[in-house]
Amino acid sequence: MTEVTPSQTVGPFLHIGLPWPDGAFAVPEGTPGAITLTGTVTDGAGEPLPDALVETWQVGGDGRQGFGRCPTDEHGGYRITTIRPAGDATEAPHIDVAVFSRGLLNHLVTRIYFPDAAENAADPVLASVDADRRDTLIATATDGGYRFDIRLQGDGETVFFDV
Amino acid sequence: MDLPLFESVSGVHPPVNFPDYRSNVLRSPKHPLVVLPQHLTETTAPVFGEDRIGPTDGDLTRQFPQEPIGQRIIVHGHVLESDGRPVPHTLVEIWQANACGRYRHVVDNWPAPLDPNFGGGGRALTDADGRYTFTTIRPGAYPWGNHDNAWRPAHIHFSVFGRAFTQRLVTQMYFPDDPLLPLDPIFNAVPDEHGRRRLVSRFDITRTKPNWALAFEWDIVLRGSRPTPFESGEDHDD
Repeated sequence: MTEVTPSQTVGPFLHIGLPWPDGAFAVPEGTPGAITLTGTVTDGAGEPLPDALVETWQVGGDGRQGFGRCPTDEHGGYRITTIRPAGDATEAPHIDVAVFSRGLLNHLVTRIYFPDAAENAADPVLASVDADRRDTLIATATDGGYRFDIRLQGDGETVFFDV
Repeated sequence: MDLPLFESVSGVHPPVNFPDYRSNVLRSPKHPLVVLPQHLTETTAPVFGEDRIGPTDGDLTRQFPQEPIGQRIIVHGHVLESDGRPVPHTLVEIWQANACGRYRHVVDNWPAPLDPNFGGGGRALTDADGRYTFTTIRPGAYPWGNHDNAWRPAHIHFSVFGRAFTQRLVTQMYFPDDPLLPLDPIFNAVPDEHGRRRLVSRFDITRTKPNWALAFEWDIVLRGSRPTPFESGEDHDD
């Protein structure tokens, strides 16, 4: 057994320690080609989570990196400004997502894929997911970006990963 | 490509579904997690510099014009990987309740006083040897609605990035000999007794400051990287 420190929940008061004024900008405001990722985090009853935190991390095949962090608002919504990552030799363009909230003893990991990426068809991670749940990993296009809703439980439950 | 693969942490963390913690019931996924192979996105992490750290971020007793009420303490330790290798220059963020067990937060309104001189948030980078230090006050225990007469043991929330997305960790540090620990479902969600022990800090007389502050030591251990099978093969050829 490893000596790794176990995870504990962020609890309801994460706002004291985690959000940053510029956290929702994985790229600086005004970056050419910037997109906004928006979405809602909901629970097993379909209720929005007003006390979650969404983090995004991306490393494009072109080497451009970006980290975003946004607490959900009272309607469960988050909004992160970033650029669309490039794919690489093995994987389609994607953004890794970590979800933290009261009630989660470990953060949850999922991935955002893009609806218009031809590389999705050959992506090994998408292929490893049951076909009828795959669309939970694929964002939908919006004006100026993409929408990616995160359903923690129940109908349309988002695919979460064990990394 | 020689990407590090981070060791399995099976059995270390609390389970995904843990209904003794009531807020978990509607928020935990019911489908099994899908194994995600560790590629470039999972084996890298954001790097933060000194520009993330304000002048009083490491000393929670100096963030307001006057000192907060409570027992002044120094909390220090290392951020390490499980093979003992330090994690240098990584961001450590903390947040906590005040000495009376009250958070400066809109949803915390139990009848304990707020302290006008305590915010409860801190931030530091580890040094070249993976060391971090905070000065703060010892937080109080507080009641919560999980079950009848439920009290959270005193704790400080910690968030650590490490050098890979797979190492990201948010956890809580507890204090030694706290009688509330055996009663706390969040602490006891950690399945292994040794794991629970690793969440408890150690009183450290060597780092106390006479006439000033007590000290507690707490190391944070992140997943270590294992050689890939390809690299092991190379070792055997030597």
